[in-house]
Amino acid sequence: MKVIELKKTVTASNDRDAEILRDELSKKGILLINLMSAAGSGKTTLLSRTITDLAGRVKIGVMEADIASDVDAKKINALGAESIQVHTDGMCHMDAGMTRQGLENMEKNGLQAVFLENIGNLICPAEFDTGAHRNVMILSVPEGDDKPLKYPLMFKKSDVLVITKKDAAPYFDFDFEAAKRRALALNPSIKIFPVSAKTGEGMDEWEKWLISETEKHCNA
Amino acid sequence: MHELGLVKHVIYTLHDVAKENGVKHIGSVTLEIGEVSGIINEQLADCWDYFSKKDELVCGAKLIIETVDAVTFCTACERTYETVTYGKTCPFCCSGETYLLKGNEFSIKQIEAELDAESGEN
Repeated sequence: MKVIELKKTVTASNDRDAEILRDELSKKGILLINLMSAAGSGKTTLLSRTITDLAGRVKIGVMEADIASDVDAKKINALGAESIQVHTDGMCHMDAGMTRQGLENMEKNGLQAVFLENIGNLICPAEFDTGAHRNVMILSVPEGDDKPLKYPLMFKKSDVLVITKKDAAPYFDFDFEAAKRRALALNPSIKIFPVSAKTGEGMDEWEKWLISETEKHCNA
Repeated sequence: MHELGLVKHVIYTLHDVAKENGVKHIGSVTLEIGEVSGIINEQLADCWDYFSKKDELVCGAKLIIETVDAVTFCTACERTYETVTYGKTCPFCCSGETYLLKGNEFSIKQIEAELDAESGEN
């Protein structure tokens, strides 16, 4: 037996796969966005509204990752957008290999932006690079403004924080300023968009960001 | 559930290492796990037992876990302290301007391996 010193981070093989996938997608002009949040925060509702609002302007596809069922993929399909359901067989996050498999089964003709709707939890998805170009996280008003304190890694890894269910604010003690301050303390460059996908409030700013990222990416 | 995925990635990484180094079988794996990495060692060991048995390269390999103490640095008074006891607030000057120096590790430190060329020797 020989001792081999490695000092390798465990996610090394995944990190490499993620880099390769990111490059391939860039060459095809597809922007991959990893959407992360807790379960029930409104990922599918935000995407549904975004797809409807941007119909004819940005061609969006969605990869729904869940432990089981295909209810989310059916909702997106009903809007006429390309969607595919990926099952992780009990795993709590998506990695680059699983993302690649999902994308291979997706009709990519003319797609400009693909959202990977990650498994609903604020912990594990933050630790694995999926190969996405941008990481977007959702914090919904009912979850509370203290989440940056409890799940710092997710806030550190995300380029954008969308605060959803703004219409529910009158019923909860959600302090928007405190949430922003806490998120910015962890990640000074994070962009924050408070929205209500139900009333449409704030959706404009978020959609503008998405359009500009897609254009930058396609023209790169 | 989290540990399940991590063990899978450890095994993937070991397969890469085996290819690069001509390793036939792995006898032991030493992991360095930080105190505040969020990994539960007992669960990790259970997942290792479950998965390693299904993989020829690491079947029967011993899992050794070395814990890395968590240490936080205070940028206000430039002192270090134990993260687990005091959290994010510096116990010396009460500043919150602190960052983790170490304790978030999750890496493969070393393996004991039987090389292709050694066949028959062990």
